[in-house]
Amino acid sequence: MSTYTWAAGYVDDGDRPQIVTSRFKYDDGYTLERYHATGGYDGLRAALARTPAEVHDEVKAATVLGRGGAGFPAGTKWGLMPPGKFPRFLVVNGDESEPGTYKDRLLMERDPHQLIEGCLIASYAAGLAQVFLYIRGEMPLAHERVATALNEAYAAGYIGRNILGSQFSVDIVLHWGAGAYVVGEETALIESLEGKRGEPRLKPPFFPAAIGLYGQPTIVNNVETLSNLPWLAVNGAEAYTAIGTATSPGTRMVAVSGHVKRPGVYEIINGTTTFRDLLYGDEFCQGIRDDNELKAFVPGGGSAPWFTPDQLDLPFESKLVGAAGSMLGSGAVMVMDHTTDIPKAALTLVHFYAAESCGQCTPCREGGTWLERIMQRLADGRGSHDDLDQLFEIGQAICPGVFPHAASERVGLEAKPFPFKMTTICFVGPSAYTAVHSAVTLFRDEFEAKIVERRRIPVSIEAVGAH
Amino acid sequence: MSRLNEANVILAKEIIGRYPKARSATIPLLHLSQQQNGYITSEAMVHIGELVGATSAEILGTATFYEMFKFEPVGKYLVNICGTMSCQLLGADELMHHAEARLGVKAGGTTADGLFTLEHAECQAACTEAPNMQVNYRHCHRMTTAAFDQLIDDLAAGRLDGEIPPHGTLARVRQQIPADKAAGVASLDAPAQPAWMPAPEATS
Amino acid sequence: MTTIDPDTTADDTVEAPPVDPNAVNITVNGVPHVARKGQLVIEAAADAGEYIPRFCYHERMTSVGKCRMCLVECDTGRGPAVTVSCMVPVAPDMKVDTQSETTKRMQEGVLELLLANHPLDCPVCDKGGECPLQDQTLSNGPGESRYVEEKRHYEKPIAISDIVLLDRERCILCDRCTRFADEVAGDPLIHFNGRGNNTHITTYPDEPFSSYFSGNTVQICPVGALTAKPYRFKARPWDLSQQESTCTTCAVGCRTVVQSSRDEVLRYMGVDSEPVNHGWLCDRGRFNFESVKSPDRVLQPLVRDGDQLQPSSWNAALAAAAALITEATAAGGANSIAVLGGARGSNEDAFAWARLGHEVIGTPNVYAQMGDGLPAGLLGQPRATIDQAAHAATIVLLGPDLKEELPVLYLRLREAAEKRWSRIIEFTPKRTGLSPYAWRTIGYEPGTQVAAVQQALADPAIAAQIASGDVVVVAGRANLAESSAATVAALRELLAAVPSALVLPAFRRGNVVGALQVGMRPRPGGLDTRSTLQAAADGKIECLVLVGADPLADFPDTDLARRGLAGARRIIAVDSFLTASSSLAHVVLAASAYTEKSGTTTNIEGRVSTLARQVTPAGNSRADWMIAGELALALGGDLGYDTVDDITADIATLVDGYAEVTIEALAASTDGVVAGVPSAIDPMNVVPVDLPDRNAYDFRLVVSRTMYDQATGTANSPSLAHLPRGSAVHLHPLDIERVGTTAGTEVKVIGPRATVVFAVVADESVLRGTAWVPFNNPGPNVGDLIDCFAAVNDVRIENI
Ligand SMILES: Cc1cc2nc3c(=O)[nH]c(=O)nc-3n(C[C@H](O)[C@H](O)[C@H](O)COP(=O)(O)O)c2cc1C
Ligand code: SF4
Ligand code: FES
Repeated sequence: MSTYTWAAGYVDDGDRPQIVTSRFKYDDGYTLERYHATGGYDGLRAALARTPAEVHDEVKAATVLGRGGAGFPAGTKWGLMPPGKFPRFLVVNGDESEPGTYKDRLLMERDPHQLIEGCLIASYAAGLAQVFLYIRGEMPLAHERVATALNEAYAAGYIGRNILGSQFSVDIVLHWGAGAYVVGEETALIESLEGKRGEPRLKPPFFPAAIGLYGQPTIVNNVETLSNLPWLAVNGAEAYTAIGTATSPGTRMVAVSGHVKRPGVYEIINGTTTFRDLLYGDEFCQGIRDDNELKAFVPGGGSAPWFTPDQLDLPFESKLVGAAGSMLGSGAVMVMDHTTDIPKAALTLVHFYAAESCGQCTPCREGGTWLERIMQRLADGRGSHDDLDQLFEIGQAICPGVFPHAASERVGLEAKPFPFKMTTICFVGPSAYTAVHSAVTLFRDEFEAKIVERRRIPVSIEAVGAH
Repeated sequence: MSRLNEANVILAKEIIGRYPKARSATIPLLHLSQQQNGYITSEAMVHIGELVGATSAEILGTATFYEMFKFEPVGKYLVNICGTMSCQLLGADELMHHAEARLGVKAGGTTADGLFTLEHAECQAACTEAPNMQVNYRHCHRMTTAAFDQLIDDLAAGRLDGEIPPHGTLARVRQQIPADKAAGVASLDAPAQPAWMPAPEATS
Repeated sequence: MTTIDPDTTADDTVEAPPVDPNAVNITVNGVPHVARKGQLVIEAAADAGEYIPRFCYHERMTSVGKCRMCLVECDTGRGPAVTVSCMVPVAPDMKVDTQSETTKRMQEGVLELLLANHPLDCPVCDKGGECPLQDQTLSNGPGESRYVEEKRHYEKPIAISDIVLLDRERCILCDRCTRFADEVAGDPLIHFNGRGNNTHITTYPDEPFSSYFSGNTVQICPVGALTAKPYRFKARPWDLSQQESTCTTCAVGCRTVVQSSRDEVLRYMGVDSEPVNHGWLCDRGRFNFESVKSPDRVLQPLVRDGDQLQPSSWNAALAAAAALITEATAAGGANSIAVLGGARGSNEDAFAWARLGHEVIGTPNVYAQMGDGLPAGLLGQPRATIDQAAHAATIVLLGPDLKEELPVLYLRLREAAEKRWSRIIEFTPKRTGLSPYAWRTIGYEPGTQVAAVQQALADPAIAAQIASGDVVVVAGRANLAESSAATVAALRELLAAVPSALVLPAFRRGNVVGALQVGMRPRPGGLDTRSTLQAAADGKIECLVLVGADPLADFPDTDLARRGLAGARRIIAVDSFLTASSSLAHVVLAASAYTEKSGTTTNIEGRVSTLARQVTPAGNSRADWMIAGELALALGGDLGYDTVDDITADIATLVDGYAEVTIEALAASTDGVVAGVPSAIDPMNVVPVDLPDRNAYDFRLVVSRTMYDQATGTANSPSLAHLPRGSAVHLHPLDIERVGTTAGTEVKVIGPRATVVFAVVADESVLRGTAWVPFNNPGPNVGDLIDCFAAVNDVRIENI
């Protein structure tokens, strides 16, 4: 066989609590057999032994923060559904596509039963009639593993009518996406699940908990969020909140990629682990590759404003990170060492968001493409100083007013905290600007260096050179 | 015949039956037709429209939103090279250049033998294993140029037939909902309080 | 001297105004304003005098908030927040700021970005001069674009339908046309395609946007991306002059604007009339202005000379016509003269002609219907307005396919069903355009309406629905191949069961309601159209006057029409075209057309609204009322009218129900004035139906109209003339099998009178055991198979 591997990325050493990754160490962690052998479906049984309201209260007490990006507590979200309005749906957001993010795929490929059990507990607690598990289309292995697990769970009586002999009945339907990042946004996810173009809808009035799938109350939760529930149901809120901090309890999965010695997905302790721990700690990434210098890192997925070494000692706590000018987002850290060509790196992100715009909002559709073209010019060394100003002016049409960024001692900047104003329906538009803004604000010199180079080259020579 | 064939129509109806509204099955059915024909044909979109109760224009509108759907034949193997940040930081550009040279086509092109279509792709949710690529959406992690050559050789020689089905086939395992166990599709017309929820919640 | 301050006394007696529960106090740019609960910020600001620029927002469609042009800053206590004014409703104490620094920056930004890919071809764009994008760029824009990259490029205009062209480069993706197609028309045949920067609008390949309402997309497109072939490159907005008017293509009476340039009508636009058309028009109404300037118009009076109709002077023609009438009176008495028609003209035309017929000529035989409606007594029923129908808890349809015959009423009722404030119960011999939206569709075989209604009323679910709220019955003639008796009986049955139900008459032709109501109906002892034609066929009509009537095309029983016109000794026609019927006349008096004359018209709900004279009458043509007046003079009478206003005033004084329709009232209301229900109109008698059994091998014939047919207005409008689907016999697919033929093949359709060869069309909307043929469509004539005296018409279908 060849040299490639089909499932990889998880790093499990050190002595940390494992809430969602406990079965990753087994090659057969995805089978019902292994799941049973490791306490599988005990959480469901524990939940069924209590009333739905009690289970819901437990989830509220544990403050299980959403892991999809916004960090909204799951228990609170479930409580936002208008009382008495049925049917209600659960849509599982398994569309993981945010640049840098790699955790939901692992959870689906390596421990699908844990996710299924989480869906069942949520449905039981919140009175949900049907679950749609929306898996990103470009993840056939996740699809196969989840499909197999669902088939096993149906056969074993965990899903379907009168689950484990109780009154509780729910179906889980597997649904595939077909390649569109924006569909990860929850209202777009719902549109897509209705068979339409995945265009986000304005909140309000389309707040899914009130008006969601087919206009009914709908909970959209991330795969990792739901995967926390079996452990919580077995061990209780107290054990859960004993890990991490009061505002950020439990653990979270973080993918660290880019220029580190040991890139990987780590289950870290919420609220206390710092970026320095993560990037340099022995049980994590063990430092920058070739012991290079750290230049910058993206702390929370491609949509997050960048940090530099100045912010290394911040912990994974969303308020602190927000005040410092960025966000934790979807648990994805992308690391750039001192060799990185900043304009080029930023270009990949602006290209991503421009390409992934759904196209409905003018500022995102037109502004994203325009930003990308200018950035391309600048990265290629064909840009001008006017272009740099123009980037900010286009940015003003997407995000008028002050845009957040980190403090930087190197260039003498104070942090500008979250949030920001935006002219678009969803965050794709602003995200296209984020990388541009961070890169130009923190590393303007690098852009200018390229402009200077360009000025020195007489046009005629460049033209000759192009042949 | 590029409408859905008989077996797939049966499957399509089963899939439709899982949703409270038929239109929700649009994307799964588009996948089904892509699996049947390798791409989405015009006739298939008309057929899907009939099955889910939408106009062909609506089906086309949905289908063209999603990049996995192809409207013209592509190679047996769709090679997607990720170019988003983490992969770019670790050599995606070189991998793409190498792939173009090796396959003799530019990104977006299909080799003359119809075996490979090469495409630039966005983040594949494998960032820690950069640089990444996918063949028919099967992940290939930490690619090197040598590993790429080996992979292409293996694919061309049919050594990976068991692992990587032709373009269009996503999962080889389908969900089966046994009729005797199913809880049933949620009814939008006759809303009811779920049986396991205790006293009716207060309406406010 | 003691003075009483009127205000103080008033204060003592008038209580403090009650607190309006729907009032929401806001400020708009610092000025206090009382908005309504649930009102969108964009609307509230407009009420307060601040117009917020917008592209995607349209008051008649769901807000989507896509263009982002209408963003403003609103403060609800937590500081100014960027607010999509077209989607966010007002909140108490909201401070709306449409002029803040941020608002201005956002508006400039959106405009600059929209222009980034929009071609700057305003000088050659139809929209130039009336383009919101152009206007807003001038008033709110950033001056010039700094976009130096290459713009998006698309193939030049693509025809998305027979009438509408789409230029995707100009499109700003506001979702208006697509939303209209989906939400309002129910024809989602144009759609967004692609994603992000490649998003564009298209139809499915080879499936055109063949909506009856496609022209509305042109009207609501905020840029010049959608253009209508009949108007393309014809004029610039600043060359146009315009007036409000009413469409008389059908009896819905949509409000329009008639636009012309250099005395030529160039375009109709829908006006947003709240009670009637909400701004929409059907394509037939929108584009048949082409017929006004048709080269085939009758431009001067014609007098027969042997086989030929020769141009004549008005004096000579009127004298000839008067002579024909005098001769006829002498030969057979006034009762041997009959006047048919009047539905194509104005109320004034009809009133003048009714008086001429009844008073000057002295005949009771005057009738505006062509044997294709229900008895005029329908107008005496407690009447619903269109709005009442479109908001009734239950709408009962007992009439024609509204999508084909009264298209904008179809839109209104479709909306009611889609938005779920009404439920439709439909009785029909063939599935209609509203069937997909109906709560219940009850199919009946022609002649069995009463049984169908009785059965339905006995169904507890239907009974409960009917009892749940107000009921409006939309009643009309669903089938031209059966007498109207069974429908009248079924309507009586319904009204007996639901005495509180209101009736909306589904009469179709332009001003038929007005013509009937102002007097173009038989006086006691007079003949209706069927009897007139029968009498003519029997040689008893000395003179037949056709006032814009074409029985050969419009009367269902063609054989009778043919025999009637052949048997009438003298024929006078008042017409704008030489039709099959008017070309048989001895004298043709050239009538001016819609847009060439002013006056009023009455729609199905009795709403009287004005018609505008926007261009000079073609050639020497004259308004019908003038012709009536002059003919009266030639006959030694005098109607006494110098101006059309004289007649309008007379109608208000003399016509039952029109007392409130005064010139002043009409001038004061843009939506027109609803006339009362006439108190003394013939009762709607139930005539027993003698229904023959249907032989199992026979098919019961159903014949009805389609939106596009060979009607004069359509046939003479080049953009529409090719749109009729064509004559063919439509059968249920299983019946096609039973006959042993296949779709597309020709078959013989055999009736007692004639055999006509039609092509077969498979059509699931046709009930088994019935055969449907569209009326007055190009091809073999189904009228040859219809006996208008029979209760129903059965035919045999045989292979050739
Ligand atoms: C542009 C965009 C893309 C998103 N993509 C994802 C995604 O791929 N997966 C995900 O779980 N959440 C994604 N989200 C967040 C979801 O909208 C939503 O907040 C989340 O699924 C809620 O689940 P949670 O409360 O469990 O985190 C995205 C949001 C935006 C604005
Ligand atoms: S911001 Fe972009 S992706 Fe988001 S809704 Fe608007 S156009 Fe679509
Ligand atoms: S008018 Fe409000 S977003 Fe377009």
